[in-house]
Amino acid sequence: MAKSLYEKIWDAHEVAPGLIYVDLHMVHEVTSPQAFDGLRLNGRRVRRPDRTLATADHNVPTDGSKIAAQIADHLSRVQVEALERNCEEFGIPVYSIGSDRQGIVHVIGPELGVTQPGMTVVCGDSHTATHGAFGALAVGIGTSEVEHVLATQTLIQPKPRSMRVHYRSELGYGVTPKDLILATIGQMGVSGGVGHVIEYAGDPIERLSMEGRMTICNMTIEGGGRAGMVAPDDVTFEWLEGRPAAPDPLPVDEWRSLRTDDGVEFDREIEVDASTISPQVTWGTTPGMVAPVTGEVPEPRTEGEERALRYMDLAPGTPIREIPLDRVFIGSCTNSRIGDLRAAAEVVKGRQVSSSIDAMVVPGSQQVKAQAEAEGLDEVFRSAGFDWRSAGCSMCLGMNPDILSPGERCASTSNRNFEGRQGRGGRTHLVSPEMAAAAAVEGHFVDIRDWERAIA
Amino acid sequence: MEPIQVIEGGVTALLRDDVDTDQIMPKQFLKRVERTGYGEFLFYDWAKEPGWELPHNPILATGRNFGCGSSREHAPWGLEDYGFKAIVAPSFGDIFYSNCTKIGLLPVVLEEEDVRALAGAGETAIDLERQTVAFSGHEVGFEIDPDIKHRLLNGLDDIGVTLGNADAIERYEADRERSGPVTTAL
Ligand code: SF4
Repeated sequence: MAKSLYEKIWDAHEVAPGLIYVDLHMVHEVTSPQAFDGLRLNGRRVRRPDRTLATADHNVPTDGSKIAAQIADHLSRVQVEALERNCEEFGIPVYSIGSDRQGIVHVIGPELGVTQPGMTVVCGDSHTATHGAFGALAVGIGTSEVEHVLATQTLIQPKPRSMRVHYRSELGYGVTPKDLILATIGQMGVSGGVGHVIEYAGDPIERLSMEGRMTICNMTIEGGGRAGMVAPDDVTFEWLEGRPAAPDPLPVDEWRSLRTDDGVEFDREIEVDASTISPQVTWGTTPGMVAPVTGEVPEPRTEGEERALRYMDLAPGTPIREIPLDRVFIGSCTNSRIGDLRAAAEVVKGRQVSSSIDAMVVPGSQQVKAQAEAEGLDEVFRSAGFDWRSAGCSMCLGMNPDILSPGERCASTSNRNFEGRQGRGGRTHLVSPEMAAAAAVEGHFVDIRDWERAIA
Repeated sequence: MEPIQVIEGGVTALLRDDVDTDQIMPKQFLKRVERTGYGEFLFYDWAKEPGWELPHNPILATGRNFGCGSSREHAPWGLEDYGFKAIVAPSFGDIFYSNCTKIGLLPVVLEEEDVRALAGAGETAIDLERQTVAFSGHEVGFEIDPDIKHRLLNGLDDIGVTLGNADAIERYEADRERSGPVTTAL
């Protein structure tokens, strides 16, 4: 019988109906302390520490602090120290602050090669879908489920429906995977994917790098999707080759069978013409409130949109390119990998951040940071006037010292523009790394397609 | 977890769509390592806006895609601590829905017009066994996964139930476990 990629992975992991075996469980400091407490309370152990991996990311300051005891914020320090203690007690490997493998959980999994095709991956974090870029079934879970997975290595999961987003044609010049997924969410709505595992397919996806595929799968949750995935291919295998946890040799033949068979019917299918997509900028307080950079802030059609415009302090009809900015944030699990930083550096090279802008670059992991420094990207950013930081979630959610002040307006490469997400009263516009970099230089949004590239 | 049978009483209305978990429980409260005491932080920023009201009632009627966004279980913890026992909406964020069922907070999906009528009625009785919501002298039905329903009706501890099935997990590991990363060997 013809099966989809999703069904193949699901079937291979069903221990009992609705009970799924977990191949990899990633853990971070924010959603795990209560789960470990639960284990202790009930005298339970972690079933498979060897399939579990932890890091500290949400809370960590990005100022280069090397040990948890240096975290100034008391509650953050307690949480990171709790993670370290819990991992030690239960035998789970942890890359905490100070480790050269520390970083955002969805950056370090792929980077270490622990994320592999055909696996089931869970994490107490909604952006776990990122790992689906490798042809894995990766879902975000809550703390009770984290405890369940720690204790049983399984997840209770009613089977989601299936959906395919089929991209046609080709991405235009200056248009990035971030724009592709923002436009897709704009088209299907922020609840368009609820209850579905989404496979992204078509030529434009096959032509993307692993990093681009991760950016797309990462934002699946912003369209409501349970998981996002891309079938593994040579691009995937090339990425994995030689990574610390990757098998040697890679089981390439087995992995090649992980694709949707011809003739499979999805519960839902949508088509997106990639060639019609322009660089995108969000103007509201959900990722679906998005417009092309050439467009304008729209007339509100709903109460929610009216509220969003009030919060964002934007008038309908304002050209997107005339929106003035205060801050620029390049980072987060959506866009903080080496390819993202290279692309942004290319834009700012030899230029200066506008005097009205406070701009920062936060690598997704210490390894990304080291790689960028080896390539001299830190110098490019620094001499342009960017603040060059250490790895963490940083201003993606402002649980650490990197936050927006009330009323500040930020061009951000992260994934959520919710009210107060980057700091209470802060206003977030989601964009690609290239668009964020150009906006930092100009002080407002510019169409990256008209931007004269720095001469390398 | 307490078994759920019938949840009845007053209905609090918050008829906004796409209410994300960042609004329900802002990030600064996620630094706590406890599982209780989140009720006072519920809708922390919205609660400061003029005209905000969120009466304490057992039932919350709300908009489409409620609980979208972050996986933070702190959001359902806060709603439960505030006194809500059931949340009725046209749709929910997937992770939020699942998180609610894990702590015995009943998520109920109804058509948008029924949610509005329910909010207007101000009182209701939700019968989990019969899968009905009664208000203004009539009843509407709702769907729920039979396994989730069974666990909620009986107040079962998921982990206990799954560990009761440990044989199946052991068999899976012995026969079908995929080779994969050994994180402890990195
Ligand atoms: S970078 Fe942002 S979205 Fe990603 S895991 Fe961290 S807080 Fe969550």
